[in-house]
Amino acid sequence: MDLDALGACLMTPACVVTQTTSGLIVGMLLFLVAAGVTLIFGVLKIVNFAHGTFYMLGGYVAYTALGITDSYALAVLSGTLAMALFGVLFERVLISRVYGSNVLMQLLVCYAVVLIFDDVVKLVWGPEFHAMGMPPAFQVPPLFIAGGVVPPFYAVLIGIAAMIAIVLGLGLSMTRLGKTVRAAAINPQMVSALGVNTTALFAIVFAVGGGLAGLAGALAAPVRSLSPGMGFSILIESFIVTVIGGMGSIGGALVAALVIGMVRGFGTIGFPQFTDGLIYIVMIIILLLRPQGLFGRPT
Amino acid sequence: MKARSAWRDALFAAIALIIVLAIPLVHRSPAFEDFIIRLSAMALFATSLNLLVGNTGMVSFGHGMFYGFGAYAFALTMQLTALPLPVAAVLAVLATTLAALCVGAICVRLSTDYFAFITLAFQMLLFSVIISWQSLTGGDQGLRGGLPRREFFGFELASQLHLYQFCAVVAVLGLLALRHITMSPFGQTLRMIRDNENRASFLGVVLWRARLSAFTIAGGFAGLGGVLAALFVSGAYPELADWPNSGQAIFAVMLGGINSFLGPVLGAGILLALNDVVNRFTEYYGLVLGLVILAFALGLRRGVLDFLKVAFPGRAK
Repeated sequence: MDLDALGACLMTPACVVTQTTSGLIVGMLLFLVAAGVTLIFGVLKIVNFAHGTFYMLGGYVAYTALGITDSYALAVLSGTLAMALFGVLFERVLISRVYGSNVLMQLLVCYAVVLIFDDVVKLVWGPEFHAMGMPPAFQVPPLFIAGGVVPPFYAVLIGIAAMIAIVLGLGLSMTRLGKTVRAAAINPQMVSALGVNTTALFAIVFAVGGGLAGLAGALAAPVRSLSPGMGFSILIESFIVTVIGGMGSIGGALVAALVIGMVRGFGTIGFPQFTDGLIYIVMIIILLLRPQGLFGRPT
Repeated sequence: MKARSAWRDALFAAIALIIVLAIPLVHRSPAFEDFIIRLSAMALFATSLNLLVGNTGMVSFGHGMFYGFGAYAFALTMQLTALPLPVAAVLAVLATTLAALCVGAICVRLSTDYFAFITLAFQMLLFSVIISWQSLTGGDQGLRGGLPRREFFGFELASQLHLYQFCAVVAVLGLLALRHITMSPFGQTLRMIRDNENRASFLGVVLWRARLSAFTIAGGFAGLGGVLAALFVSGAYPELADWPNSGQAIFAVMLGGINSFLGPVLGAGILLALNDVVNRFTEYYGLVLGLVILAFALGLRRGVLDFLKVAFPGRAK
């Protein structure tokens, strides 16, 4: 524990900017993953334990696509679309068979997918770490804000994630599809009785969730290294975000992801050995004060 | 339940124990003995989890914390004090039970999904503490240096045969105790809560108290499993408290069957055997295990013993 360092950091604008930026990066990537988890849970009441796998595969697909096309934009696009497709297949082939069965049965199916694809990644891309490298367009001098260093790629990443948050929020509240999804979250039988093809709707929800995770993986690839099993750690954190925000609430996921991001950003200064522990403590405290999460509906 | 069924269980346990203890007298196989030692730890761990999952309907994702806690409590007591092994084991189980009581007091009032995640958070908190409290736990290297060899009642646990016998006896006694709890009126109450908590509440069952009792008991038995695990590895490692370990217990429970008392034991056996066999042939253990799990989950749609119950409904309940 090093509270002096934390205090000193909070007093210097440069340190605050740097740590806030790194916190925002963590938070925004987490939000993209957790938004899918919370959306899928909200509509289908399925806790998708395979969501980290989408994130990992998104990163790897983008890595390969970059090698082929040499364009980072195309790489991100292909990672996103591939995972949207993967999400649909996953839902149709596997998850649709365990709707309504025991939670643990769903967990089992998801975890099987996690195990299988961790090894598939090892088979295809090898067990070693891969570094994607910063795309050439972003290999420019960093921005300086109040003396803090902000690489331009970080700014773009945060911007894209923020834009997704707005589009997702507006899409769910304003569009017809969004309203249908929200209605299905409350009463799927009624929505189905009113003539909506809920089978297609569920597949769309998985496509959106998978696509967001794939996007997060592709965006994270230049900043983090790729390795089999990288989905595991982000999965746990995105669950924490989902639970803190209230399961099923997109806004809650955004707030919670930012909270966790900031705890990570500044926790590394004050509690370098215990940053993970800090996050679990935050989660436990929030769940004790609000058992349904920050923005969850009380059951 | 009736005294007769208690006697039948005890008889069954005695026969099983005699068979297991007799095997090394006929044929010594280090691999088999290793397997039984690991199975005894895993079986206690998984069966204690099933007291929550199958009987009470409480899905805990963090049960591994008590397995790890028991292992560390036992290994630390052995290394730091000169207490005899059985005393250290009892102390470790008591400490784990107390830890389960404290964690449970906070967790059991939460609804299903949140309960699952807060238990996971507690487990990860324990894991972080183990990793960062290097002076006590040795951090990510674990507690090395081995457990002091202390003989008791002529038992010398450095000998594999004695360890085998000790683990088999402890596991069978532990399972028998769990069986007794499952069949007791308290066990019936837990199943009533699982099936309809409102009705149980109307009948005067204090839900949180029954759930907390189940959680505490399950934690204590998981701690006993952890003690055996610590004996097997002769120390304690952070992996014992990490969350994939909770996952292993959940799979054992699901593979064997949540509605049969011996389901988790069978599941633990299947999982360990699969682990041993697959690792011999391929490094892609996850791929094979994943496909097997999928076959179980989508093919049988329930654990093996539960499947047999449904397939042959004529047999005893």
